[in-house]
Amino acid sequence: MMKQVFKRTEGLKDKEFHYCGGCLHSVVHRLIGEVLEEMGLLDCTIGICPVGCAVFMYDYINTDMIEASHGRTPAVATAAKRCNPDKLVFAYQGDGDLASIGMAEIVHAAARGENATFIFINNGIYGMTGGQMAPTTLVGQKATTCQFGRDPKVHGMPMKMAEMLSVLDKPYYIERLAPTSPAGVNKTKAAIKKAFQYQLDGKGFQLLEILCTCPTQWGMTPVQALNHVDEVVKQTYPLGVFKDGGEKL
Amino acid sequence: MSNRKLLKGNVAFCYGAMAAKVDAFFGYPITPQNEVPEYLSVLLPEAGKVFVQAESEVAAINMVYGAAATGHRAMTSSSSPGVSLKQEGLSYIATCELPAVLINVQRAGPGLGGILAGQGDYFQTVKGGGHGDYHLITIAPWSVQDAYDFVPWAFELAEKYRNPVCILADGVIGQMQEAIELHDVDVKISEKPWAADGKKKAEKAIVNSLWVEPDKLEEVNRTLHAKYKVAKENEIKFEEYSVEDADLVLVAYGTSARICKSVVDLGRKQGLKIGLLRLITLFPFPDKEILRLSEAGKNFLTVEMSMGQMVEDVFMSVCGKSSVDFYGRTGGNILTVSEILDYAQKVIKDPCGPCTRSWEI
Ligand SMILES: Cc1ncc(C[n+]2csc(CCOP(=O)(O)OP(=O)(O)O)c2C)c(N)n1
Ligand code: SF4
Repeated sequence: MMKQVFKRTEGLKDKEFHYCGGCLHSVVHRLIGEVLEEMGLLDCTIGICPVGCAVFMYDYINTDMIEASHGRTPAVATAAKRCNPDKLVFAYQGDGDLASIGMAEIVHAAARGENATFIFINNGIYGMTGGQMAPTTLVGQKATTCQFGRDPKVHGMPMKMAEMLSVLDKPYYIERLAPTSPAGVNKTKAAIKKAFQYQLDGKGFQLLEILCTCPTQWGMTPVQALNHVDEVVKQTYPLGVFKDGGEKL
Repeated sequence: MSNRKLLKGNVAFCYGAMAAKVDAFFGYPITPQNEVPEYLSVLLPEAGKVFVQAESEVAAINMVYGAAATGHRAMTSSSSPGVSLKQEGLSYIATCELPAVLINVQRAGPGLGGILAGQGDYFQTVKGGGHGDYHLITIAPWSVQDAYDFVPWAFELAEKYRNPVCILADGVIGQMQEAIELHDVDVKISEKPWAADGKKKAEKAIVNSLWVEPDKLEEVNRTLHAKYKVAKENEIKFEEYSVEDADLVLVAYGTSARICKSVVDLGRKQGLKIGLLRLITLFPFPDKEILRLSEAGKNFLTVEMSMGQMVEDVFMSVCGKSSVDFYGRTGGNILTVSEILDYAQKVIKDPCGPCTRSWEI
């Protein structure tokens, strides 16, 4: 009899992802699923999904799920956690969702120190609506609403959410990661696990900003997109731990 | 034991919320409803329940969505401009078929308007307000007693129909004081097997309003409308006052109706055959009752603190069988008994006539 050496995580439903090839949304979904399974949390978690390419996340993650309106994921998570303090609550948002339309909600959830895990996918563009400029779009990066590239004189500068939220007193854990290599994937998984554990321990607001690819809207191959994150995106968005109440920085 | 208290309407809403065993309140300050979050910020935490002052009305309604999605009794209150901001969230709540309660202590609009009472949010409330084909079940208190009683009733309706319910009040109801009876309320909280509450169950719960297949979304629309039809068959509530032999029936809700009751009393003393149809549910709307009265030969005078909104529904209900006149004040001006009575006398002598959109003249 053949030995099974790998199996799909129970944290994901048996459903094919709709994501484009090379899109890191799917990697992050899998990591969340794996961590939930490994920590034994599948039957005591409430997930909140955003409006954006991850809108169908409720079809993939094998926990109770609530689909929020565009940007309001942190408000929904606030109520879900306060009404169900013994459950794990995680929220998942893109950069249009979190850093543009939902800026007020994430800042106030952070300021209140809501004890939930916020997973923030920074791909520097609006994936779902067809590649418009995001608040996180890099200087010079082309998008369908800045065809000649982001011009700081006209469009301002990229918003650094991990840094911005770190100046608030209440957040307990904020880290920026990039699952662009096996090491990066492992680090991201460890960070998700750490954040969930902090939540279970009642520590307060945790946010992981995860640099992701959008090969489709960037006009790149999956490999080019991964290299682009490592070589270019990280210059604007340096990886690192910005806040960690559990460790001396 | 009698538990009588002198309370402001806004405070009565809070006692009503506690009687209804509300689990969570989320709101943002706006006059003239500020006592609601102020009192609940004390009463709810004292009872081990959730109170959050949200960063905006948008956040507040999405918190209500989150709490309701996990199976909790959640409510918010606001006033007109704040309620405008809640509309997208209400559309989601209605589409996800979540029970929740919104109190709108209407103020004078449009725009930033004024902080005094108004009834200019009728269209927004009963016609949907947010995007898509949904409705809020809407009930209209006319006293401080109602402010207390209607909160448990609103939750009962919200859970029965799995639909958001709006208590459409106004600045007068919110701010005036009356002695009321704080009845004991028999609260029946429904089972919520659909809730995304993170509890172990046979199948994981999903609360969602996205349906990309047209046929599925059409089915969702049909389901919602079938539900509204059942509500219409079962929940319509109104009060008739001296209507039986009246030639002219005043139609009003909330504060306007309360004032119209005095108009009827005074008019009757002067020998006028007038009565009052006070609407309690605004959605569902009592169109059949209005048609019945028009077929019995009665004309109508709709009275609102607006430029004419509910009058459109009254006009449609009579099906051209009698005349529907309109009298309204706006800007925060409260209708006076004498001005309405003068107008009623004029209308009795000279009604606008059937099929005439009097409020547009
Ligand atoms: C209120 C509202 N405004 C706009 C939209 C349209 N919309 C859908 S997804 C999206 C942007 C999503 O971009 P992002 O959050 O960066 O996520 P991504 O798709 O890149 O993962 C927008 C603007 C909407 N659904 N709702
Ligand atoms: S458009 Fe971009 S973000 Fe969306 S699925 Fe495709 S690659 Fe991923």
